[in-house]
Amino acid sequence: MVHDTSITPPPTDDSTSPPDLAPPPSTPSRRTLFRWLTGICAAAAAVIAGIPVVGYFLGRRPRKVEWVKLGTIDDFPLNETRMIMFDNPLRQPWDGITAHTGVYVRNEGQNGKGEDRFLVLAANCAHLGCPVSWFPQSGLFMCPCHGGVYYANGEHASGPPPRGLFHCVWQVKAGTLEVQAPHYPTLQDTLDGTV
Amino acid sequence: MYRLLKSLGNWLDARVGFRETFLPMMLHPVPRAIDGPMGWWYVFGSASMTFLLIQIVTGIGLALVYVPAADQAYESLLYLNYQQPFGWFLRALHYYAGSGMVVMLLVHMTQVFLHGAYKYPRELTWVIGVLLLLCTLGMFFTGQILRWDPDAYWGLAVAGSMAGRVPIIGPWIVELLLGGEVIGGGSLSRFFTLHVFVIPGALVAFLGLHLWLVLKCGISAPPVPGQVVDPKTYDKEYHAELKKGVPFFGDALLKDILFSSLAVIAVVVIAAWLGPKGPSGPPDPTIAGANPRPEWPFLWLFALLALSPPSTETFIILVFPVICIAVLFLVPFISNRGERAPSRRPMAVLLVVVVYAVLAALTYEGHTAPWSPVMTAWSGDPIPERLVEGAEPLSLQGALVFQYKNCRNCHALDGSGGRRGPDLTTIGARLTRDQLIDQISNGTPGGGNMPAYGKQMNPAEMTVLTEFLVNLRPEGQPAAGSGASADSGKN
Repeated sequence: MVHDTSITPPPTDDSTSPPDLAPPPSTPSRRTLFRWLTGICAAAAAVIAGIPVVGYFLGRRPRKVEWVKLGTIDDFPLNETRMIMFDNPLRQPWDGITAHTGVYVRNEGQNGKGEDRFLVLAANCAHLGCPVSWFPQSGLFMCPCHGGVYYANGEHASGPPPRGLFHCVWQVKAGTLEVQAPHYPTLQDTLDGTV
Repeated sequence: MYRLLKSLGNWLDARVGFRETFLPMMLHPVPRAIDGPMGWWYVFGSASMTFLLIQIVTGIGLALVYVPAADQAYESLLYLNYQQPFGWFLRALHYYAGSGMVVMLLVHMTQVFLHGAYKYPRELTWVIGVLLLLCTLGMFFTGQILRWDPDAYWGLAVAGSMAGRVPIIGPWIVELLLGGEVIGGGSLSRFFTLHVFVIPGALVAFLGLHLWLVLKCGISAPPVPGQVVDPKTYDKEYHAELKKGVPFFGDALLKDILFSSLAVIAVVVIAAWLGPKGPSGPPDPTIAGANPRPEWPFLWLFALLALSPPSTETFIILVFPVICIAVLFLVPFISNRGERAPSRRPMAVLLVVVVYAVLAALTYEGHTAPWSPVMTAWSGDPIPERLVEGAEPLSLQGALVFQYKNCRNCHALDGSGGRRGPDLTTIGARLTRDQLIDQISNGTPGGGNMPAYGKQMNPAEMTVLTEFLVNLRPEGQPAAGSGASADSGKN
């Protein structure tokens, strides 16, 4: 038995009560088994309690695709940029007005095949997420935080943003423009999947 | 009665062991010099702790009314401000005592650094102190979010965008931080939990450890030039010093109490005078004109980000803070021996001066934020009358184009308007008509600070705009490029 030698009584310097902590000579393997059992049980308890708890803390809700109606095509005059506001369905029920979301919509007319073309841009600056404002007079989006500027088509014009504005995914269904409910867009997690 | 209390005390003490454990702590001696005028340097740590006590009491009070739900937080803050008796005062005190706590921590830390009090054997005390500073800053940031107004909302947006830059796992961290796919109730609950449970728990635990270390290692004596710290002999010398020491629970404590009292009075007066901070408006992200600003302890970082080239941003966001914190942690390990007196440590003094000068300059820049366009200047700041007095019709028309094309949001005239671009009050003396057309049409090449306006205006608008701009020059000064002004044109 290899284990026999590994078990030594803990050192005691308390001379008044010398407890006999050494295992009885006949039962070292029982002690060893008991220690292993305790260790295994503790580990099992930690794992079965820990996995769901860690999953709760670090898990992500699977992403749902929700479509939001923005209006009929006639609501959007040709080549005019408008902010359309809606209640984001990705909200939690108790989000209140915080769930209000604005996107910039521009009707870009029809392509050669007669399909409608729209530009739907998130209002969050691609730099650090501040809300950009649209200035129709100069045809520019400007960000109040660090002065990022974008052209009407969402392309980066000047300032610190590393890219243009984030494009929302849209579709026209029965003459109605719909947009995929946007999550909070960041550089590696854009709205249309392009990085 | 007295005997009854005494026997009750004895009964408790026999079980708790109060006398055995705490009495020596209360009677522990401190170096004699702390009893003298040098002792005034030792009051800032206890003042930070006094402010922490105020934060705990006012925080509990606020939590009785505040609703950490996205649809009601704002309303509950208004209720605190206007309905709840003294609610406005508690909110104000919580904000200004929190600010005071940051100030006192910084002063305390600076004093410890300048006096070399972090050297052997108090390295760990310093490290725990840095953790306390980080916890306090964490409280400041999470507390700002609980103020659930546009600043809070956009503060979260900025934090999310920063976190989104972490390579590969960025998107996952963003959702973890925001508590969902959008900023909302999940985010608020998260920051409420951090502000009320997680960080305070850590803060109190670290504070306990910090105080234990102060007791265990003793309070450092005021530094004396020439008296060097040598880990081999320090303990013996310090114990010899304590032999002639004075009890902490004496005049040394009186200084702490007096200073803390004055600090509390100051904060109460400021709170009553200035009132609660915000909320600045309802948390509706579609309200136009949002102009988010971080709280004052973070203005320097805001400025540093804005003033650095975009290519260095991700480094400043993700790596630079880690380096700063690591350097703070490493201070006592870089030098834990030698001279302690500031008069013998010129580099330490210089470092403090430089760091505070940089922080102050950046904080001032962050406060004024000249890089931010003034989004209302184009319609809100009229052209100064003297600049268009007696101007030709073309010039006048150009002035209209200048306003209407939002140039004013970034370019000031006579000091009013945005300051992102240069003030154009005398631009006519510096740039020729051709240079102006080139600059306006193409902007700053390579995506610099000015957008290209070539496609944003028609030729007629460009003509009148440049006519207006070339005429913007001090009286009597010729236009740039017109022979006589060849020299002044290069200014």
